[in-house]
Amino acid sequence: MSLAEQAMKAAIRLAPESWLPGGTPDPLAARKHGALGAPVSRVDGPLKVMGQARFAAEVPLPGMTYAALVHGTIARGRIAALDTGAAEAAPGVVLVMTHRNAPRMKSPPVFMSAPKAAGPSDLPVMQDDEIHWNGQAVAVVLAETPEQADHAASLVRVAYAAAPAVTAFDEAKRRAHPPASILGEPASLETGDAEAALRGAAFKVDRTYRTPRYNHNAIELHAATVTWEGDTLVVHDASQLVDATAWTLAQVFGLREDQVHVLSPFVGGGFGGKCLWDHQILAAAASKLAGRPVRMVLTREGVFRLVGGRTATEQRVALGAKPDGTLAALIHTGVAAMTAHNNCPEQFTFPARHLYAAGAIKVSQLVADLDMLANTFMRAPGESIGTFALECALDELAEEMRLDPIELRRRIEPEKDPTTGLAFSSRHIVEAYRRGAERFGWDRRSPVPRARREGDWLIGMGVATATYPYYRMPGGAGRITLSKDGRATIEVAAHEMGMGTATAQAQHVAERLGLPVEQVSVSYGDSALAGTFLAGGSSQTASIGAAVIAAYDALVAELLKLAGNDSPLAGLKPDEVEARDGGLCRRDEPGRRESYASILARAGREAVSVEAEAPQPLEAQKWSMHSYGAQFCEARVNTVTGETRVSRFLGSFDTGRILNPKLAASQFRGGIIMGLGLALTEETLFDERTGRVMNPSLAEYHVPVHMDVPEIDVIWTDIPDPHSPLGARGIGEIGITGVGAAVANAVYNATGKRVRDLPITLDKLL
Amino acid sequence: MRFTINGREVEAEFDVRTSLLDLLRDHLGLTGSKKGCNQGACGACTVLVEGERINACLALAAQYQGRSITTVEGLATGGALHPLQRAFIEHDGFQCGYCTPGQLCSAVGMAGEVERGVPSAVTADLGAEAIALDRDELRERMSGNLCRCGAYNGIVEAVSATFAGVEKST
Repeated sequence: MSLAEQAMKAAIRLAPESWLPGGTPDPLAARKHGALGAPVSRVDGPLKVMGQARFAAEVPLPGMTYAALVHGTIARGRIAALDTGAAEAAPGVVLVMTHRNAPRMKSPPVFMSAPKAAGPSDLPVMQDDEIHWNGQAVAVVLAETPEQADHAASLVRVAYAAAPAVTAFDEAKRRAHPPASILGEPASLETGDAEAALRGAAFKVDRTYRTPRYNHNAIELHAATVTWEGDTLVVHDASQLVDATAWTLAQVFGLREDQVHVLSPFVGGGFGGKCLWDHQILAAAASKLAGRPVRMVLTREGVFRLVGGRTATEQRVALGAKPDGTLAALIHTGVAAMTAHNNCPEQFTFPARHLYAAGAIKVSQLVADLDMLANTFMRAPGESIGTFALECALDELAEEMRLDPIELRRRIEPEKDPTTGLAFSSRHIVEAYRRGAERFGWDRRSPVPRARREGDWLIGMGVATATYPYYRMPGGAGRITLSKDGRATIEVAAHEMGMGTATAQAQHVAERLGLPVEQVSVSYGDSALAGTFLAGGSSQTASIGAAVIAAYDALVAELLKLAGNDSPLAGLKPDEVEARDGGLCRRDEPGRRESYASILARAGREAVSVEAEAPQPLEAQKWSMHSYGAQFCEARVNTVTGETRVSRFLGSFDTGRILNPKLAASQFRGGIIMGLGLALTEETLFDERTGRVMNPSLAEYHVPVHMDVPEIDVIWTDIPDPHSPLGARGIGEIGITGVGAAVANAVYNATGKRVRDLPITLDKLL
Repeated sequence: MRFTINGREVEAEFDVRTSLLDLLRDHLGLTGSKKGCNQGACGACTVLVEGERINACLALAAQYQGRSITTVEGLATGGALHPLQRAFIEHDGFQCGYCTPGQLCSAVGMAGEVERGVPSAVTADLGAEAIALDRDELRERMSGNLCRCGAYNGIVEAVSATFAGVEKST
């Protein structure tokens, strides 16, 4: 961290709360019985059930060409020979693009190297004969039909000159090194002497946990429909960062940012995977070369070859406890596989930095460079698998101490953030445990493993903490347009991938402006709209929330100006009025009011439109802001086959104000279900000899199906965070955290077998 | 070649290698049927052929000449959503919406199978006169339709609510 950044951080800590965003609670946070908190059905529901929602691969353009890719088959080396003749001669082929004829392009700025950098890595895209990972695209075939393109791609002949490659994690680990930072946080930190405290502790566990590679596997295949309109590049993308994609593509092609237009109104699942990868760049390059529109749809195998997933980790958790059940030492260290070209160190030590009180804490992360496809963020990167290690170790410690696992967590509940020393903005984790335990029937769990059996099935219960940070991204802005007929539109360059963003924000705008939800619409998924948003870090609710508040404040000021001296509102200042029932009124004298329609009519205006920027997200530096939860699992393990079935699951969450219980429940459940996959069925099999993914299909990469998923109970505290917009904290990722450990702990309680490497497949239980 | 799609006669000329899914999506503009794997593993492309559910990605279009095909675009009648479509919205049986057309068509086809008394892997009594569409039957029969957002609970609720009374009627 630079001196200036350190000084800024210190200043924020010392600043009076009221100076900062979030210093005074959002008045809407506590408001009940309105649009906020109502179980409104998805606003985009009708389009989706009718099959009318148009995804990136479904945009028709005249003169379309269809792309097919040829993927390399070595991990490192050079293309020695390339024969495209047969492909070029095949029926319907428009062109074959390789490094020999691709337009000259700059390497994409890698993620975090600039505010809007979205590059998956800083490697050049099809600019030379070098191969950096097994599966890299070496040729693009464009043809008049998809069938012709697929066939022609099969005719491209490539010979390689292989170079030595590091494709085994153990080998790479020997040269592991600390990353420059982990999302701006230090890779290591220590309070006190944790190793010494561990050695002297009355009770201790010191374990190693391993987690494999995972892939997002959104059901929608990655796709881009691309065209050049003069010097403007138009990309119909499946994207969770339209604005950053536009900026980064502009750098690649040497364009101004406003010469790239990225549209993504519908995204068929993202989970961190629908960002910028080589396929959009290749589609744009091929389109430039051909002078025609290009539709690039990756095959499912292509997704595994070209779009990174969650990386493999090896983690050590060591806990030392005093006889009274408090922690003397908490150590969480480990290594994540990465490449030398990307910036995604999988922040698995983040939970240990903020969750529990301990006499001494040590966290440290290394990265091991492999020759592989760049890994990337996947739902709760770090926290999902970090909580697996940490929360399993706590379960092991609780057993060592003959203490109930929930009681152990109660005893190590901190008063303030254990590593930053900041006050928590809002933390009700003990309450979440209490409510969850009661509803789940935790008191029926035997502390002794293998105590419950039904026929061939052993049954056990496990619990684990869920946690995820509060993020609000810088760069948020929004435009509100209010028309004479009482309709409001909010425009934000944000994303709706099924999280319920559009619906929740329609509710927000309705409540903020005092309008019925039906009179509000939300525009999103377009880089030309206001602000920069990332559908990541569970940040959109807060980021859009703050942008809407800023735009609302600007709107009120503008409306008061338009109202003029003949209005009942004449002379009032913005902070003296509030929106209610389709108009503005004096806050402490609601009878003194004027409707929006009346204000606009008198001013002779059809509509009023304002845009404003959200303040910098300084609240997250003033307070320790996190969401919490308690995950309860009942697992049944078959003594004959080793098969594990999750028979009951409950998530009890503390995530601030819930804006829409119907959609929030789906978000929590969705996260938990992806967690069941992480725990039991999913693994990207990486051939450590060749660096090639061996199971690049949904037949061999096992995401949970209907039959794997029981009815999942979710409850929440609904206690507003006093320092976040709307009192809400994002909920897209916390659901997956803690699930791996809750399942592993339940499997241990059922069988007495402790599995420390995911996924918990049947071979590990036999 | 001629087809009946969503009750309308359609004629199309295409490469014989074209799958039924690509015919629908790329040639006829019926993009409601989705492509999630193109290998028969995800179920997003599920359509109904004379009421029976199939993976359109694994079907060559040419094989379905003269057949009657229903896609998600054909489930609503006269501007009114199919009860199952309404139930999906009510019970939040989807998030991103990409697997949804396949889930919908699959559930409609599945209800027909139960009605005809076709057993599944979890049907305890293969000779039973009637098969009750309980949660296990439903989850087993819908397991060919993946949902990565994890809307399974809502889908089960929606399908149960819509087809609660469906069983073999002999």
